[in-house]
Amino acid sequence: MKSEIKTYTRPQIKLLLIFDHGVLILGAAFMILPVLMLLQMTTMPDLFNMKTGPSLAIGDQLDDNFRKAMFEADGFSGANTGVRMLWNSMILGLGFAAGKIVLGMMAAYAIVYFRMRFATFAFWIIFTTLLLPLEVRILPSYEIVQHLGMLNTYQGLIIPLIASATATFFFRQYFRSIPEELIEAARIDGAGPFKFFVDILVPLSQTMIAAMFIIMFVYGWNQYLWPTMITTDEDMFTLVRGIKQITQSLEGTSLPEYGRANMLALVAILPPVLIVIFFQSWFVKGLTESDK
Amino acid sequence: MAQVTLSEITKVYPNGFTAVHPASFDIPDGEFVVLVGPSGCGKSTMLRMIAGLEDISQGDLNIGTRQVNNVDPADRDIAMVFQNYALYPHMSVRKNIGYGLKNRKIDKDEIDRKVREASTMLNLDDYLDRKPSQLSGGQRQRVAMGRAIVRDPALFLFDEPLSNLDAKLRTQMRIEIKALQRRLGVTAVYVTHDQVEAMTMADRIIVMNEGRIEQIGTPVDVYNTPETTFVASFMGAPPMNLMAGNIAGGKLRVGEEPIAYDNLPHSGDVTIGIRPEDIVPDERGDITIDVTLVEELGAHRLLHGTIAGQDISIHVDKDNMINTGALRVSLKPNAVSLFDAITGKRLT
Amino acid sequence: MKRAAFTNRWLPILLLVPQISIIGIFFYWPAIHALRSSFYLQDPFGFSETFVGFSNYASLFNSPAYGRAAIFTVCFTLLVTILSLGIALLLAVKADKVVRGAKTYRTLLMWVYAVAPPVAGVMGLILFNQSWGPIADLFKSLGWDFALGVHYYDTAFAMVLISVWKQIPVNFIFFLSGLQSIPKSVREAAMIDNRSTAGRFWDVTFPLLAPTGFFLLITNITYSLFDTFGIIDTVVKGEPGNNPMTLVYKVYVDGFRGNDLGGSSAQSVVLMVLVLAMTVFQFRLVERRIHYT
Repeated sequence: MKSEIKTYTRPQIKLLLIFDHGVLILGAAFMILPVLMLLQMTTMPDLFNMKTGPSLAIGDQLDDNFRKAMFEADGFSGANTGVRMLWNSMILGLGFAAGKIVLGMMAAYAIVYFRMRFATFAFWIIFTTLLLPLEVRILPSYEIVQHLGMLNTYQGLIIPLIASATATFFFRQYFRSIPEELIEAARIDGAGPFKFFVDILVPLSQTMIAAMFIIMFVYGWNQYLWPTMITTDEDMFTLVRGIKQITQSLEGTSLPEYGRANMLALVAILPPVLIVIFFQSWFVKGLTESDK
Repeated sequence: MAQVTLSEITKVYPNGFTAVHPASFDIPDGEFVVLVGPSGCGKSTMLRMIAGLEDISQGDLNIGTRQVNNVDPADRDIAMVFQNYALYPHMSVRKNIGYGLKNRKIDKDEIDRKVREASTMLNLDDYLDRKPSQLSGGQRQRVAMGRAIVRDPALFLFDEPLSNLDAKLRTQMRIEIKALQRRLGVTAVYVTHDQVEAMTMADRIIVMNEGRIEQIGTPVDVYNTPETTFVASFMGAPPMNLMAGNIAGGKLRVGEEPIAYDNLPHSGDVTIGIRPEDIVPDERGDITIDVTLVEELGAHRLLHGTIAGQDISIHVDKDNMINTGALRVSLKPNAVSLFDAITGKRLT
Repeated sequence: MKRAAFTNRWLPILLLVPQISIIGIFFYWPAIHALRSSFYLQDPFGFSETFVGFSNYASLFNSPAYGRAAIFTVCFTLLVTILSLGIALLLAVKADKVVRGAKTYRTLLMWVYAVAPPVAGVMGLILFNQSWGPIADLFKSLGWDFALGVHYYDTAFAMVLISVWKQIPVNFIFFLSGLQSIPKSVREAAMIDNRSTAGRFWDVTFPLLAPTGFFLLITNITYSLFDTFGIIDTVVKGEPGNNPMTLVYKVYVDGFRGNDLGGSSAQSVVLMVLVLAMTVFQFRLVERRIHYT
C-alpha cells in the first residue's frame, strides 16, 4: 500500500512549537495567578480591598501589612502573632518529619534486616495503618488525646499524626532495593547490627532521608484538621490553623483586614514552597519512588 | 592460611528444597579450588555456607583445626569478593579497603600501612581517595580484591567475581587473581559458571550439578576423563560429542557405523563420548561423517555433521580446507570415553 | 528480609517498640473505639451510653442528608479526579516535549504541591467573592448569577475548581516522571513506525503510562475524599448550612459540632470499609498491573 509522504514546512513546525509553549504558559499562569493576586492585595489599603477587591494596582501598604501580620494578634489573648504561628508551624513540620523518619527507619531496619519470629505480624500491624487516614478516626483520636491530657501541647499535635506507616513503608522499599551483598560484605568485615546501621545504611540512605524529610515537612506543615481540633489556645496555633481564624474574622468585622489575612496566607505557603522549589530533584525522587 | 575440610555438608531450605546434597571434600593449604556448574547447581550456596552467610543444615565445616559451623562470618578468618563487588558506595577506596580492619580495632597507622601495601600491589595508589562510582569496572574489581587482601585471611572466597567485566578485562583479571593468590599463598575457593575460568585458574576443579558433586579433579583429569556425561558436556567448548552407541561381541557401533574399538569388556547400550579435537580427517580412516556446516573460528575450523543420524562436530586446524560433504576420519588413541546409557556414569 | 539477616533476638523488637506503641495508642485504639461507639447511643452530656446495635447505621442510611452528601461525594470525586488527571497529563506531555525552558515550566507547574489546602480555599474565597471576585465577575458578565455559599451548585463548582488546582502538581510530577522513564529507543522505534504524533501517543506512550495512571487514579480518589477537607471547610467558612459537603466533612460536622457521637462513629466505620475496599481493589490491580520490563 502506498501512502502519501507528508513533509512539514518550517513555519508549520514553528507553529506547533508555539502551540506547545502556549499550553504550558497557560498552565503556569493558572497555577501562579491566584498567588500573585494575594500578593497584590497585601500592598493595598484594606478599605480599597473591601470596595474593589483584587486589581492591577500596586500600593504601598506591604510593610504595614507585614508588620500587622507578623507582630500583631487579633485574638483575645493577643498570643497568635504571625511570628508565634510561624514558630509553631516550624515545630510541627520539623517535629513531624523527624519523628516520622526516625521511627520509620528503625522499624524498617528491624523488618528488613533481622530474622524475626513475628516479622510478618509486625509488618501487617504497621502497614494496616496505611489504609485508614486520620480523618476517618478523628473523633476517637481526639478523645484519646484529651484523655491523655495532651490538648494544646506539641506532643498532642505531633505524635498522633506520626501514627501511620508511610515513612516505614518507604524505607522498607528502599532497604529492600539495596544489594544483598552489601550486608554480607559488612558482616564479613565484622560490622554488627549497630555498626552496619550507622556506618553503612544511614550514609547510604542520605538522599532518601532528605527526600522523605521534605515530603514529611510539607505534609506536617500543611496539617489543618488535626491542629484545628487539638489546639484551642491561641499561642499554640500554627499558620495553617490560623487561616480558619482569619477567614472567620473577615466575615464579622466592618472593615475586613484583607492585607493582613493575605499576608499570613502567603507566609503560610512560603517556607514549604521554597523548600519544594530548591530541593526539587530530591523531592520529586522521594515522591515518585514511594509508589514502587 | 589453612586447610579447609567439608564433611557431609548439606543445605536444606525451610521449604524442603535440598540445594546441596551431602558433600565432602578437603582443600589443602594454599590450593586454588574452583566450584563450577550451571546456575542453580548449588555452587554459590556451598560458598556461602563456607562464608557463614548461609546456615549449614547438616555436616561439619572446618577451617584450619577449628570447627566453624556456628561461627560468625566476621570471625571465620575469611575474605570474600562478590560478583557485584559490594563496595560501600559512600566510602572512598581507602575506607572501603580499611573498613574491615577498623572494625577489628586495629590502630590507624597499621591500617594505613596495610591499605597502602595492598593498593600498591593492585595499582590503586592513584585512586585511594575516589568513590567507587568514579572507578571503572576493572578498578572496582581490584578494590574488592584489596578489601580481601588487607585482612590477611586464612581463606579467600570468590563469588563469580569476573562475570560483570567485559571479555578482554576478564582474561586479564583471571591471570592477575591467580598470580596474586600464588604470591600470597592463601587457600582459595572460587565459584564460577564459566568452564574456561575453571580450567585456567584451578589447581583442582569441583564440578557440581543439581546440588551434587559430579567430579573432583585437576583440570586435565576433568577434561580428559570426565566421570559423567554431565561433566563431559559441561567442560570444554565445543563440548564433547555424546552419541548413543551399542557394544555387541566386543565391538562398538554408532548405528550401523563401527567405531574402531575392539575387545571391550562391556556389552549393550552405552553413551559414547569423543572430544571434537580427537577426531582426525584421514582418507584411510574407516568412519564416515556427513559434514553439513563449517564454522570458521580463525585459529581453527569447526565441522558440524552427522554420523548415523546423530550430531557430531570435529575440530580441525585453520589450514585444513575441508568442505561440506562426506568425510572419512579416524580417532586418536584413547579418544573414546564410554558412559552407562542410563546413569551417565563413566564405564572405564 | 535479607538472606544474611542479623539474628539478634531483642534488638529488632526494641527497634519496633516506638512505632508499634504509637500506632497502638493513636491508631488501633481510636479505630476500635470508633467501631464500638457506632453501636452505642450516647446522651448529649456523655455521661451514659446504651447499646443500640445497628440502629446508628440504619438511621444513617435512611437519612436524606447523608444520601445527599454521599451523592455529592461521588460526583465531586469523579470530577476532581478526571479534571486534574486530564489537565496534568496534557501539561506533562507538553513539558516533556519542549526543550527550551523545560526546567522552568516544571518548577512553575509543581510548586503548588506545597500550598496548604485551606490557603487554596482562601484564594477561592477571594476569586469567587460575591461583590468583586474576578471569577464571579466573569460569570456575571456571562449572565450567570454566581453566588458562592448561597447557590448549592455554585459552591460545588468553586470546591471542584480549587481542588483541581491543588491536585494538578502531584499528577503532573508523576506523569512527567512516567514519561521520562519511557526508554528513548522505544520512542525512536515508534517514530519510525508511526508518522502521526497523536497516533504515537495513543498507541505507545499512553499504554506505557497506564501503570502510573492506575496508581494516580487511587491517589486522586483518596485525595478527593480526605485531603480536600481544608478546602471545603474554608469555602463554607465552617458553616455548612445548605452547602454541599463530602462524607468526611460530615463525620466532622456531625461528631464535633453536632455531638452525635454514635452517628459520626457509624459514618467513620462506613468510610473505613470504603477505604479498605478500595485498597483491596488497588492491590488486586497492582498485582495484575502490567510491567513492561
